[in-house]
Amino acid sequence: MIMARARTSSTQVEPNGAGMAAILAAGIGCAALGIFDFLGDAFASVGRFFSFYAPVGTLSGVTDSAILVWLLSWFVLAKRWSGRNVVLGHCFLAFALLLVGVLFTFPPFIDLLQGK
Amino acid sequence: MEISWRDLLTVLHGMGFGALFMMAFSGAIGELYEAWSASPRTTLDPRGQKMLRLYLTGMVVIAWLTVLSGTYIIYPWYRALPPAGTTDLSAFPRSLLLSSPHTSGWHSVGMEWKENVAWMAPIVMTMVAYVYWKYGRGINKHPDMRRAVLVFTAVAFIATGIAGGFGVFLNKNAPVRGGATIQLMPGE
Repeated sequence: MIMARARTSSTQVEPNGAGMAAILAAGIGCAALGIFDFLGDAFASVGRFFSFYAPVGTLSGVTDSAILVWLLSWFVLAKRWSGRNVVLGHCFLAFALLLVGVLFTFPPFIDLLQGK
Repeated sequence: MEISWRDLLTVLHGMGFGALFMMAFSGAIGELYEAWSASPRTTLDPRGQKMLRLYLTGMVVIAWLTVLSGTYIIYPWYRALPPAGTTDLSAFPRSLLLSSPHTSGWHSVGMEWKENVAWMAPIVMTMVAYVYWKYGRGINKHPDMRRAVLVFTAVAFIATGIAGGFGVFLNKNAPVRGGATIQLMPGE
């Protein structure tokens, strides 16, 4: 477990846990957006599943589901990390997830993955 | 001088919300960078900090209005399928773009990217506003977290630029039009 368990010893400095939870959750939400977009594009059955609102099609389920994942992950991480200091390696994980999100929403990249 | 109902809502989405959000980034990035700088040239007083909190909250509201109006109001008009046998595709932007190899890329790359990547901006800006509300100037005690928030803000700005840029070109190549006509001014 890479999370530092000890609560901050200083009463002056706000622990970084709440902020890190928000940052990592944003990364998770962006990655979920990209991955759901890819899955909806690559598999017709997934695309149909994500069609929550017919006039918008797959995009409705992709975005609604990504928001749900983002908010749930934020809730869980905030519950675990609030009032604590966590290691900053999570920043790099958040950057990696953000990059996943950007790449998997880029049509030429997901076409490449599908061999189109 | 007339516009259609769909013209009006497309302008509200693109200019009223999207462009306003895009312009707000310059202020947000500059203010956050300065407010969170290790040695700020000026120190925000409590009133200034409150104003920045409200500014960021306003950006979050505008960001969500932009993506929600784009996805649930404009996009259904854009992707509507023409009835069989339709030869004039001007009321069906997606089909119009896909009808020619010279314009199909605007949909298959432009719209396909824009419609998804745009959603990153409200997610990220909600996080940025939350972190500022939570830590304010205190984030200087966590320089890596400060850098992370600034990088996320920059990526949200780029994502907004991609969505906005493609939005403009899509609307130039295949405008979303239709609905009731609104007369803005009588002709001469």
